[in-house]
Amino acid sequence: MILPMEKFTLNINDQKVSIECAPDTPLLWALRDQLGLTGTKYGCGIAICGSCTVHMDGTAVRSCSLPISAINDKAITTIEGVGKDGLHPVQKAWIAENVPQCGFCQSGQIMSAIALLEQNGNPSDADIEQAMSGNICRCGTYIRIRSAIKNAATNKV
Amino acid sequence: MKPNPSNNKLFKVSRRDFVKIGALGSTGLILGIPLGCKQDKNAFLTGREDAVFAPNVYITILGTGEVQLIAHRSEMGTGIRTSLPLVMADEMEADWTKVKIIQAIGDVKYGDQNTDGSYSVRMFYQPLRVAGATVKLMLMQAAAQEWQVDISECKAVNHEIVHNSGKSLGYGYLAEKAGALPIPSENEITLKDSRDFKFISKETVIYDLEDIVTGKAVYGLDVQIPDLKVAVIKRNPEAGAGMKSFNSDMATAIEGVSKVYKMEPTAFPMGYNAPLGGIVVVANNTWTAIKARNAVEVVWDKGINASYDSNAFMQQMQRSVQKEGQIKRQLGSATKALKEATKVIESDFLVPHLAHSPMETPCAVARHNADGTCEIWAPVQSPQWVRQAVAAALGIEESQVTINVTLLGSAFGRKSKPDFVVEAALISKEMNTPIKLLWTREDDIQHDFYHSNCAQHIKVGIDKNNKVTSWVHRTAFPSISGTASAEAKGPSSDELCMGVLDMPFEIENVSCESLDAIAQIRIGWLRSVHNINHGFAIGSIVDQVAQAREMDPIDNMLDLLGSDRKIDFTALVEGFNNYNVKLEDYPCDTHRFKQVVQLVKEKSEWGKSLPKGKGMGFAAHRSFLTYVACVVEVEVDDNNNIKIPMVHFAIDCGVPVNPDRIRAQFEGGAAFGASLALKSEINVKNGAVTEDNFNNYLVARMTDAPINTAVHFVENEEKPTGVGEPPVPPFIPALCNAIFMATGKRITRLPIRL
Ligand code: FES
Ligand code: FES
Repeated sequence: MILPMEKFTLNINDQKVSIECAPDTPLLWALRDQLGLTGTKYGCGIAICGSCTVHMDGTAVRSCSLPISAINDKAITTIEGVGKDGLHPVQKAWIAENVPQCGFCQSGQIMSAIALLEQNGNPSDADIEQAMSGNICRCGTYIRIRSAIKNAATNKV
Repeated sequence: MKPNPSNNKLFKVSRRDFVKIGALGSTGLILGIPLGCKQDKNAFLTGREDAVFAPNVYITILGTGEVQLIAHRSEMGTGIRTSLPLVMADEMEADWTKVKIIQAIGDVKYGDQNTDGSYSVRMFYQPLRVAGATVKLMLMQAAAQEWQVDISECKAVNHEIVHNSGKSLGYGYLAEKAGALPIPSENEITLKDSRDFKFISKETVIYDLEDIVTGKAVYGLDVQIPDLKVAVIKRNPEAGAGMKSFNSDMATAIEGVSKVYKMEPTAFPMGYNAPLGGIVVVANNTWTAIKARNAVEVVWDKGINASYDSNAFMQQMQRSVQKEGQIKRQLGSATKALKEATKVIESDFLVPHLAHSPMETPCAVARHNADGTCEIWAPVQSPQWVRQAVAAALGIEESQVTINVTLLGSAFGRKSKPDFVVEAALISKEMNTPIKLLWTREDDIQHDFYHSNCAQHIKVGIDKNNKVTSWVHRTAFPSISGTASAEAKGPSSDELCMGVLDMPFEIENVSCESLDAIAQIRIGWLRSVHNINHGFAIGSIVDQVAQAREMDPIDNMLDLLGSDRKIDFTALVEGFNNYNVKLEDYPCDTHRFKQVVQLVKEKSEWGKSLPKGKGMGFAAHRSFLTYVACVVEVEVDDNNNIKIPMVHFAIDCGVPVNPDRIRAQFEGGAAFGASLALKSEINVKNGAVTEDNFNNYLVARMTDAPINTAVHFVENEEKPTGVGEPPVPPFIPALCNAIFMATGKRITRLPIRL
């Protein structure tokens, strides 16, 4: 189906931005190609790897499968926007655990972890697994992700 | 380690030369470090046999005190970009916070840059230490001159030279003076005692850590240059096959599509450089390109592999290993000993094709310039190989091609093949504009260089004294070389040295055999390569042997490894390949092998009693010159769900340069092994791969991967060896053996289906 370009105004990382694109454009590609926010990554395009995770009104969503036309005035936060005044505690916990290997999946992992901790300040192992099982890490950093989340929850960092 | 300066010759670099190699020019001390090295395990595939003895790494101290180190290896998650510079920094007593790492472009002047084969630390450890120590000495000499004192009254402490009297001068201040001094001869240089290491064997976080967690780190697809257009390619499901016709009307009607055209496919076996080709779609942005690709209609043609069916192929290989193959290693008479045996343990083992599926799919930015030169930005493991391939494809000189290496969003061997970069370069030339080529996940999984599928048969004879007297190991798999040559009919001897011909057991009658199998799809090396298949088979049969001998599996292993000795494989195997290094330099030492086995036994509480549904399994394997023993604890519930609460690795990788990153490699290696053991499988029907994304090519998630992994080091001062690949081979059979203990089911085929 050929969709003509349209103008959209989005609220991204507390800033209003305007872009022109086809309405079915996934947020992921608008962020990366048009807004220069390349911290959000492409891994699968079908909402099963978690690399592209961002927040929409505080909830973790997969931006590869979220069309621009569905966002309206909801607040989008990307990895570039989470640590407004320096590093976010979850980012600090990631550094303290030396979590990343190649690092490619980690923006998505951190965005999922922040959303989890905002809803549940003291997650159990099962809660962590449930919230994080949508995020693949091919390098296999899962053990450290789990402990970084626990440390962030108990303010150990 | 005994201080033993190597034969490498450092040299001073003039400022002009240095500017030429691309670093920021400044006054100060600049040294080039030649790291002559033999080629890697893939040299036979790429024709890069000539060892290059050229300066590889540059170390600069600026007037500001900043130390710049040029890192010539690609970072794909192993921490190598950090580990090598910190070896230099340790010897030169640098302040790590003042060290800046610059990624080298792909150029022969850096020597071999292929980051592969778990060998970067192994090759460069010693020369980099010598370089660091040389710089330190020159700075000390400069300070002694300035103060008019004897050098013995000076020492280097955290980026300063300090005199006995307490006065000190910073490295930045001394840099220019030190740069004017002659380079000290090697016998003046003393390396640090290992007890005094500040970074080596200590925990140092990776250099790019903060950029990664803030989303600033730049991977291949993140590169932005002006006027960039995005390309994707619609490919024939059968790699190498052509097309009859295509219709692009619907695609070109989409706003933002620049061009849709045909890139001629290269027929199979096309090698590693050739573009797969297909219908190229170029657009203003990624989404438009992807949508337009979906709108292109193509009538594909069939190629020579149109009937390839991986299932039928596996059955054929399995039948073939029931009979004697080409004998590649023989001792005594296994046939006779088997006849005389009181017990014979035998089993087939099957491993499917696997895909690399690095988290970041293959991608590249190419800019073909009006003057005929070409510049590339891409996540590549082997920038020089890419440079050659791009130059050849464009018909220009290598000197006209610049390869900028970005961070790699993991690789596992996929990104050492240049094909995707060549595609980007060709499209940029055709379009006369800078191009970012994206391989979607579907492209990646359907058009990989797959891990060789493999069938094996192992037969072990035990005599009346409960002694193992014969060992027959047969393996059949398509060779990696089959991707480049129709002449490659089956396993090469180099490939058989990964787990078949280097069998370490002290058994009197041995026959190691291979059977032909012809590649009918692109085959490539995947993390741990053929050790995946062979480690799985050997680790599993050895557990069956222990059971038959009514022995504890670890005692059985120690018994099989036999007496303390350095095994002379060169006498046992014609053309033995010890991961491309001399066997006498890196022997297979059964004493060291047994040490890791004993260490894992001790640390894992081996033999503790476990409730129903739980099991512990053991396996050990030497690959890439590193010894690894592994114990896996498993929990299998009534629905056959498998959980891995604990993994213990005991390893001997020589001096552990960056222990935290080594641990990370083992944690990750276990998770990678969990993917292969529990989840992943590529199937091919009618020449086309049936899986196409992570919904059917399954990989380990947090719920599947081990919950804890402990890594125990054998402490020694041996030369460092690789750690990227060695975790995977023993993990898989240890898991299978644990499942046997928990459920009584023997696993002989991957992925595990209970
Ligand atoms: S890219 Fe969106 S979930 Fe994978
Ligand atoms: S750190 Fe490499 S994919 Fe997660």
